[in-house]
Amino acid sequence: MNIIVCIKQVADTETRIRLTPDKKTIDTSDINWILNPYDEFAVEEALRIKEKGQGNDIITVITIGPERTTAALRSALAMGADEAIRIDVEDNLDSLATANLLVDVLKNFEFDLLLFGKQAVDDDNAQVGTLVAEKLDLPCVTVITELKLDQGKVTVKRELEVGAEFISTSLPAVLTAEKGLNEPRYPALRGIMMAKKKSVDLREGKADESKIVVTGYQYPPERKGGKIVGKGQEAVPELIRLLREEAKVF
Amino acid sequence: MSNPVMIITEQRHDVFRNVTFEIASCGRSLADQLGVDLISLSIGKEIERLASELGEYGVNRSYVIDHELTEHYHPDIFTDVISRAVTTLEPQIILFPATGLGKDLGPRLAGRLNIGLATDCVKLEIREGKLVVARPMYAGKVIGEHQFRAIPQMASLRPNIFPVNRLHAGAKTNVEVIDLPIDESVRKSIVTEFISALSSKVDLTEAKIIVAGGRGMKGPENYKMLEELADLLGGAVGASRAVVDADWRPHSEQVGQTGKTVSPDLYIACGISGAIQHLAGMSGSKCIVAINKDPDAPIFEKADYGIVGDVMEVVPALTAELRQRLSK
Ligand SMILES: Cc1cc2nc3c(=O)[nH]c(=O)nc-3n(C[C@H](O)[C@H](O)[C@H](O)COP(=O)(O)OP(=O)(O)OC[C@H]3O[C@@H](n4cnc5c(N)ncnc54)[C@H](O)[C@@H]3O)c2cc1C
Ligand SMILES: Nc1ncnc2c1ncn2[C@@H]1O[C@H](COP(=O)(O)O)[C@@H](O)[C@H]1O
Repeated sequence: MNIIVCIKQVADTETRIRLTPDKKTIDTSDINWILNPYDEFAVEEALRIKEKGQGNDIITVITIGPERTTAALRSALAMGADEAIRIDVEDNLDSLATANLLVDVLKNFEFDLLLFGKQAVDDDNAQVGTLVAEKLDLPCVTVITELKLDQGKVTVKRELEVGAEFISTSLPAVLTAEKGLNEPRYPALRGIMMAKKKSVDLREGKADESKIVVTGYQYPPERKGGKIVGKGQEAVPELIRLLREEAKVF
Repeated sequence: MSNPVMIITEQRHDVFRNVTFEIASCGRSLADQLGVDLISLSIGKEIERLASELGEYGVNRSYVIDHELTEHYHPDIFTDVISRAVTTLEPQIILFPATGLGKDLGPRLAGRLNIGLATDCVKLEIREGKLVVARPMYAGKVIGEHQFRAIPQMASLRPNIFPVNRLHAGAKTNVEVIDLPIDESVRKSIVTEFISALSSKVDLTEAKIIVAGGRGMKGPENYKMLEELADLLGGAVGASRAVVDADWRPHSEQVGQTGKTVSPDLYIACGISGAIQHLAGMSGSKCIVAINKDPDAPIFEKADYGIVGDVMEVVPALTAELRQRLSK
């Protein structure tokens, strides 16, 4: 089986995000870069499928990004992915341009499963996987928390606001990973050493013009906060008074 | 350009979800700025009467797709019919809610129609005839301003952010049924099983009041306390990741970067430390109350009101006091 996982390098969720003085861009000088957590679930799931397989499965990870994003590919290789492709692009692309660029590469691939994270935790768009599926006219299930393969079909679980559903579809299929799908492994030292030796297939990408551009950023309004009403249950009446009269929530 | 602004509505159990009125109100304001009509598209079964009520919120014309096959959401069916309706109605802006359904549907429409989509927006305006939106990024650590460069333009709106303007009480719109043939074979997947959620009568993302618990609740059995308070206030129960990971609560209740983003009127955090990833999901709440025994817990820096104390003591006292006052 051929499994492809599209991955993105993002800022560590612990990183404080700072803006450049003109607030036109994010100041990336102090950012600790990691593999997008949701993509980690997708890579892990691919590895588990491979481990259960006949030994002839191949996992390919693909990223679009500048030189620094090779590190995300190496993280996935260290976890156990077999091949890595980087499409070299400097600019920030919108979701549609990103998806189209991935489609350009994927068109020439034979694969059974195409996995994504549900969302990249930098732009928080939650679009690219579904867009790619649409462009390739493939079945797509989003935010999956379970995956089972059975005789050329895949059945997945999705959590909804009102419950959960199991969905079955033929292969090839596109799936986007939600937290809960699995617990990603830490790469073993051996994996990390091997990943260093593997080569990354570098390709030139020609992106479409973005239909949406980010023109600037702001910090969210500071919450004032910090008013301690009191200690223990004695503070309850005063809290209720404040909620009523000051915050007017009741 | 006279192309209308269009909203895609969402209903559940034969009533519109409140977020539908929020997007209608936002859509009305954009349509006014552009000097065009606001139209609505509702997909479901037997929803004509319901759709006519959108006149109250300034919708000029309502369109419905009403079919056996559209009674429940199926992504491929919905994508197929909505994209065909969009091609006919030619809106310049399409708005829909960033609910579970909207999040799944939006990118499908964007891909099918090759339209730019901005997800989970918290502010929309028209500048030089085009849509400019603000949306939280990096888990809410910054807000990015996005400008559209091409029309049509599509945006999903975060629930509980946009005010509802009921402009014309009792007004009814004309409803036009769009009679599209639907081909079952567009379905690329089938639902084999559905498990209905036991807990939470109110959706977390739409709840006006959320009572959330963290590791400080000590064990799953103590969430009864929070459920009781939430029920009393007509709210929903939320959880931190720590307790979801410990299997005390389902993932559907998790608030935060890897859970839900919520913006209720009141968020009561019980035994939650206030880790940055948790704050990412709830710092948009209008009023935050924190109950924590550690006076240095970071949650107090974000909370409007804090009580330093043991949740086991403070929460029942709060419930009792509120029950007494509400019954008066
Ligand atoms: C990539 C990533 C994504 C994440 N996503 C999320 C997310 O979506 N949501 C999320 O919540 N977290 C998320 N986390 C985890 C987050 O970093 C914290 O670990 C988590 O929020 C802590 O949960 P907690 O506040 O319940 O537990 P703790 O941090 O252990 O805090 C418990 C609090 O309870 C208080 N307490 C204890 N006993 C009592 C008592 N009797 N009465 C009153 N107070 C008491 C303590 O003082 C303490 O402040 C994420 C982490 C990572 C790395
Ligand atoms: N630059 C990229 N290169 C490869 N995959 C990407 C890229 N951006 C997004 N993705 C994939 O698409 C998912 C959703 O991203 P997004 O729509 O940006 O939130 C991510 O979790 C990745 O799996």
